Amino acid sequence: MGRIPLLLILFFATNSSIALAGPENLSIFDPVSPAATPIRDLFMLVFGVIGIIFVITEGALIWSIIRYRAKGDETKEPPQVYGSNPIEVAWTVIPIIIVFTLFLVTTRSIYSLDMQEAPEGALKVKATGHQWWWEFEYEDLGITTAGELHVPEGIPVFVELRSADVIHSFWVPRLAGKIDCIPNRENHLWFQADEVGTWYGQCAEFCGSQHAKMLIRVISEKEVDFNSWVANQQLQAAEIPTEANGKETFLSLACINCHNIQGVTTVGGFGPDLTHLMSRDTIASGAANNSTDNLRLWLQNPDSIKEGALMPNMMLSDKEIDALMEYLQTLK
Amino acid sequence: MTREAYNPLSSKFHDWVVTVDHKKLGVMYIVTGILYLIVAGSEALMMRWQLAIPNNDILSPDTFNAFFTMHGTTMIFLVGMPILLGAANYFIPLMIGARDMAFPRLNAFGFWLFFFGALLLYFSFLGGQGLSGEEGAPNVGWFAYAPLTSTTFSPGSATDYWVISLFVAGLGSIMTAINLVTTILTMRCDGMTLMKMPLFAWMMLVDAALILIVLPPLAVIQIMLLLDRQFGAHFFDAQAGADPLIWQHLFWFFGHPEVYILIIPGFAYISEVIPVFSRKVLFGYPLMVAATVSIGFISLGVWAHHMFAVGLSPAVLAYFSGATFLVGVPTGMKIFNWIATMWGGHIRFATPMLFATGFVSMFVLGGLTGIMLAVVPMDWQLSDTYFVVGHFHWVLFGGLLFAIFSGFFYWFPKVTGRLLNETLGKWQFWFLFVGFLVTFGPMHMAGFEGMPRRIYTFMPGRGLELWNMLSSIGAAIQVVGFILFVINVFWSLRKGKIAGDDPWDAWTLEWSTTSPPPPWNFAETPQIASRRPLWDLKHPDDPDWKYE
Repeated sequence: MGRIPLLLILFFATNSSIALAGPENLSIFDPVSPAATPIRDLFMLVFGVIGIIFVITEGALIWSIIRYRAKGDETKEPPQVYGSNPIEVAWTVIPIIIVFTLFLVTTRSIYSLDMQEAPEGALKVKATGHQWWWEFEYEDLGITTAGELHVPEGIPVFVELRSADVIHSFWVPRLAGKIDCIPNRENHLWFQADEVGTWYGQCAEFCGSQHAKMLIRVISEKEVDFNSWVANQQLQAAEIPTEANGKETFLSLACINCHNIQGVTTVGGFGPDLTHLMSRDTIASGAANNSTDNLRLWLQNPDSIKEGALMPNMMLSDKEIDALMEYLQTLK
Repeated sequence: MTREAYNPLSSKFHDWVVTVDHKKLGVMYIVTGILYLIVAGSEALMMRWQLAIPNNDILSPDTFNAFFTMHGTTMIFLVGMPILLGAANYFIPLMIGARDMAFPRLNAFGFWLFFFGALLLYFSFLGGQGLSGEEGAPNVGWFAYAPLTSTTFSPGSATDYWVISLFVAGLGSIMTAINLVTTILTMRCDGMTLMKMPLFAWMMLVDAALILIVLPPLAVIQIMLLLDRQFGAHFFDAQAGADPLIWQHLFWFFGHPEVYILIIPGFAYISEVIPVFSRKVLFGYPLMVAATVSIGFISLGVWAHHMFAVGLSPAVLAYFSGATFLVGVPTGMKIFNWIATMWGGHIRFATPMLFATGFVSMFVLGGLTGIMLAVVPMDWQLSDTYFVVGHFHWVLFGGLLFAIFSGFFYWFPKVTGRLLNETLGKWQFWFLFVGFLVTFGPMHMAGFEGMPRRIYTFMPGRGLELWNMLSSIGAAIQVVGFILFVINVFWSLRKGKIAGDDPWDAWTLEWSTTSPPPPWNFAETPQIASRRPLWDLKHPDDPDWKYE
């Protein structure tokens, strides 16, 4: 009896939470990937089991609170009950059976979701966590990008997880559970976006000052769109002469110590690759939209967008910033 | 005339500083714990203010990180530990009919180590900057995962303060644990066999044994980290090729039993309160003892359930998942036994019982969300989210803190001779209870919505605004409850009703002596025949020992 309203409440709570969140939600109850859907289903099963335990236990508690509350007119102590072997055996054995069942369900689920080798036809990506941004390398395709991971719709993606500094954790809830990126270790994770769309996530292991703004976007596209994105990303930086000589300005500053631009400079690697900077929707690992104003602000003072970001304030003059802006905006 | 008349204040102060009396030390532990509870609560309040709305700028990222580090570290080491050690210190000798702890001077030494270790931790706000001038208090999380703690990523002295202060405070805890184990095993009064001890004593025995087993490994890794940071060792230095997971395994080998070290005293308090206020003997005492001992054992084999997302192999995951589920069995037994104790009783809802009932009802849910986290694939989604924050606050706030308040209201008259005000106490309970639900309930939802822990701000438009605002409102409601508590303590110390020896009509030995007890506890060593010596005294016609 108690179970139906409880499940209704859960159903209502999960659905209303998704509705409240809108299209940008990160709800684990709204999966779009075969790596996340079985976990959602597991939730519903476990909700049911613990819901029943909850109702029975709290019910017994509330019953004894109401029924056995002292009325104040008791003349002697209630009967003293020291224990009861059959009852105590019952509430030892029944929980053992329940947890053993849960253990079997869990173990089956672990083995079915765990994947250490890329499946046939999967797209392989290497995701490296840096303080505080994500680097995505498609080694087979010769592409390096940051913050936004493009994948084709309906094809499994096998992610190799690495860290360049401290421990991070790759988590896009609607696509898969999280797995940590740990220095000197190689971890794996897989997902498959079954719909076209943008799926949000962020670093889930505390990694220092800007852990909160180490965001992830996974953009799943129709295969043809993905292929044209790949074709563009594989190009070297476009050679478009700029009036203010921005490229020379870029090369003359410390920018090159960290940032690579394929075909121009590759001595860096500590910061995000900028070859196709303008093809990204966001900068600073998702902390701000990639607009002209934000990019300018970022060059002027990274702290104003992301306090504590490892990109230093280079104290650039307005002239230098103008030149850099002009150059960076050619990197499409 | 004594010197007290000559210089009352400094002489009283002197008495407290040099005392080796277990009761004075117990009081000092608990008062220190409550002071730090206010400090760490204020830190939490600042965090809730910052997280009330997205992209808020009340706290800078580094300050927020320092606050959650200090909040967690303080609540565990400077609030939970001293209160549980203080209560054990005060009541174990009284309950087992002893005149003091086995090693009174070691006891005082343990307290002062803890006390100065705690001060050292908070001195970091002033002194933690070191040469780099970057940080104040530690900001690497209370779990201090390598390699974030290396000098590369955490320059300055903040992390060293974390290491050294907790090392010192931890030594104090180890000494007190040795003292507790020895006292319980050797100082029991005539007739008190192990199976006739109050359950409180059994639970603190298991608790102290757990402290003895898991705090030394923590001390060891803290020294290893200090060697890394100060002398260039490479135990956890990932850049020199170390495996950072070593820290996690060793830390959680301490860290998981630590949460049982914190919650078992909670069990101990309400195992005394529930029978007295239900007017019934505790249901299934031997099973409760067995459950406590087995929780102690199982808790040593479940640590990697904090590490389900680090890339362990499926077989290891399955083992730690199964071991974690297993904890649910003895925990369930306890809950059922408490409810069975209430069943058929004449329950009086004085404030201690209100908090004890609150404990049982909330602990059930906290335990069940723990079961959810033990389902490994679910943990892949929930680990390091606000769901976990909601879960363990359900256990440690709705569980432990409610149990502490239950015990505080129950034993305050024994310690001070005066009862706390019941009306204020009940208002405090309801403010805390509602505030607790409103604060921590929505955190579970925020976790379902994909909000990670330890973030100083969150993105708008992703369904997190409502839950975070609710949590912050709940925190404000709790503040009222805590203020009522402080008012109640100060008011009752001066004007509270005189308690007498046995205000609750209770059954264990501490209620047979005066309130407050004399320095020698008992004029004559008590002799007992059952688990409830005062019941036997009050009901000579139907004593307990016939049935045990």
